[in-house]
Amino acid sequence: MKIVVCVKQVPDTEARIRIAPDGQSISEGELGWIVSPFDEFAIEEALRIKEKKGGEVVLVSLGPDRTQSALRTGLAMGADAALHLKDPLFESADTLGTARALAAAIRPLSPDLVLAGQQGVGGDNCQVPGLLAEILDLPQVTMAVKIEMGEGKATVEREIEGAHEVWETSLPVVISAQKGLNEPRYASLKGIMAAKKKTIETRDAAALGLKAEDLVPRTKTVALELPAGRPGVRMIAGDTDTQVKELLRLLHEEAKVL
Amino acid sequence: MATLLTLAEVRDGKVRRASLEAVSEARRLAGPLGASVQSVLIGHGVAALAAGVASYGADRVHVFDDAALASYATETFAHALAQVIAQEKPAAVLVPFTAMGKDLAPRVAARVGAGLVSDVVRLEVKEGRLEARRPMYAGKAFATVRWEGEPQMATLRPNVFALGTPDASRKFETVAGTAESAATRARVVSVQAGGAGKVELTEAQIIVSGGRGLKGPENFHLVEELAGALGAAVGASRAVVDAGWVDHQYQVGQTGKTVSPTLYVAAGISGAIQHLAGMSSSKVIVAINKDADAPIFKVADYGIVGDVFEVLPRLTAAAREFRKGRQ
Ligand SMILES: Cc1cc2nc3c(=O)[nH]c(=O)nc-3n(C[C@H](O)[C@H](O)[C@H](O)COP(=O)(O)OP(=O)(O)OC[C@H]3O[C@@H](n4cnc5c(N)ncnc54)[C@H](O)[C@@H]3O)c2cc1C
Ligand SMILES: Nc1ncnc2c1ncn2[C@@H]1O[C@H](COP(=O)(O)O)[C@@H](O)[C@H]1O
Repeated sequence: MKIVVCVKQVPDTEARIRIAPDGQSISEGELGWIVSPFDEFAIEEALRIKEKKGGEVVLVSLGPDRTQSALRTGLAMGADAALHLKDPLFESADTLGTARALAAAIRPLSPDLVLAGQQGVGGDNCQVPGLLAEILDLPQVTMAVKIEMGEGKATVEREIEGAHEVWETSLPVVISAQKGLNEPRYASLKGIMAAKKKTIETRDAAALGLKAEDLVPRTKTVALELPAGRPGVRMIAGDTDTQVKELLRLLHEEAKVL
Repeated sequence: MATLLTLAEVRDGKVRRASLEAVSEARRLAGPLGASVQSVLIGHGVAALAAGVASYGADRVHVFDDAALASYATETFAHALAQVIAQEKPAAVLVPFTAMGKDLAPRVAARVGAGLVSDVVRLEVKEGRLEARRPMYAGKAFATVRWEGEPQMATLRPNVFALGTPDASRKFETVAGTAESAATRARVVSVQAGGAGKVELTEAQIIVSGGRGLKGPENFHLVEELAGALGAAVGASRAVVDAGWVDHQYQVGQTGKTVSPTLYVAAGISGAIQHLAGMSSSKVIVAINKDADAPIFKVADYGIVGDVFEVLPRLTAAAREFRKGRQ
């Protein structure tokens, strides 16, 4: 079983966000970077499937040089190989361009299963798995909380509002991971040492057979701003009975939400 | 005339509110764009729902009504939506950012080669084109985004765009579409419903969420009772989900649900940035916490510094009184 996992490196969720001088992006200066938490679920699931069924887990990530450290993290968890997609042309790519590049890298690997996170934390697009599935002409199941691999097929539980759907899909398939799928392992010291010996292959646009026009973004961020602060809190004083009555009065008369 | 197209999502025989919000928004944008509004309705036994969609502003409703469409499947639904896009060449396509919309919109965007902007909270018309505003980095920044080419595809955050006033006398036409007959490779074989009768978080107008301040699962009923008294949905912080007090379905935040209710009550929740990511677009936020320095008070509109074990039961009782008084 050959499993490809798409890994996105994202700013640490605790990080303070600053706007870059261009007014359109974040300032990367002091940011810490992590593997998107949903991609950790995807890596973990790939490793568990490999442990049961045998095979190979290949990580793919598109991003600048710093992306290598995300791939190292995944290798230290136990992935076998990693591909780093890097090219100045990718830097302005939107989700569609990103998915095209990932698809071009994944296609020649002929995987049985492509795993991704349901959402790249920070950008929060929830797009790349579906885009990728369409470009690769594969079925997709998104927001998976349970995956059971069968012979040439998989049964997947998908989380929707207030319910779980049970899907059956043929292989190969693109599946995106939702929280609840598993508890990702931490890399062991042995894993970290082993990861250092694994090589990360890089591919640029030309190696993937992509031209500039394939990567022209269809969406463009024209401004990025910090949010307007909220108006500020009104503390309600008094004993508990006074507090709760006053709160209900304010919610009713002032905020008009009750 | 330009066209704005929306997807009308059906669940349990009803058009979901988030879809009606999308139609309402399309109607508002149609004025300055001089556009017509069209919607796509897909499912089995859904034809009768077209009038409801039209009452919020659709001039034309494309109905794909087929037993084979009884449950959602990405490929057949994508085929239907892409077919209407090819036919009508809309300037924009608006899809709710729901579990279905999140799954379907990218598939269709890739098929028609459209730019897709996710989780949009505001749309405006600028020089005859759309401009979107969306939160990023857990709401720590807001992006203004424009599209190249058409259609301009967007998914809209539920509960943010105002519902229009339905007008049952609006004239509209329906167009019957034919679904793709080829078997879809991935399909739903069964659905396991969550807790019956509970209000779904992303659609709730009021949410009461509990955190680790409740001390243990045996106390979580205090949150549920206040929710009951306010007709609210129940939410939770990740700390209590990870501790196994409640299911992940209830988690609000970066790795849980993003919600925008009119009223969000956070009880015994510290207000970690990852929690705020999921609820800071709520219209009014109430925080109840015994620590006056808890970060949740920084985003709250009303705050009570107090013990949840004292405040929640009394607030529940007072809320019941309040509701009775208004009936
Ligand atoms: C990658 C990542 C993703 C995450 N995603 C999410 C997410 O989606 N959602 C989420 O919620 N968190 C998320 N977290 C976790 C987040 O960082 C916090 O750990 C979590 O939100 C804390 O939950 P809490 O507020 O219930 O608990 P605590 O932080 O422990 O806060 C408990 C609060 O209760 C108050 N309290 C205690 N006793 C009482 C009492 N008797 N009466 C009144 N108040 C009392 C305390 O003063 C305190 O403020 C994520 C973290 C990471 C690293
Ligand atoms: N640059 C990238 N490199 C590799 N995988 C990506 C990249 N961007 C997105 N993905 C994958 O797609 C998922 C959803 O991302 P997004 O659509 O950006 O929210 C992520 O969790 C990753 O698995």
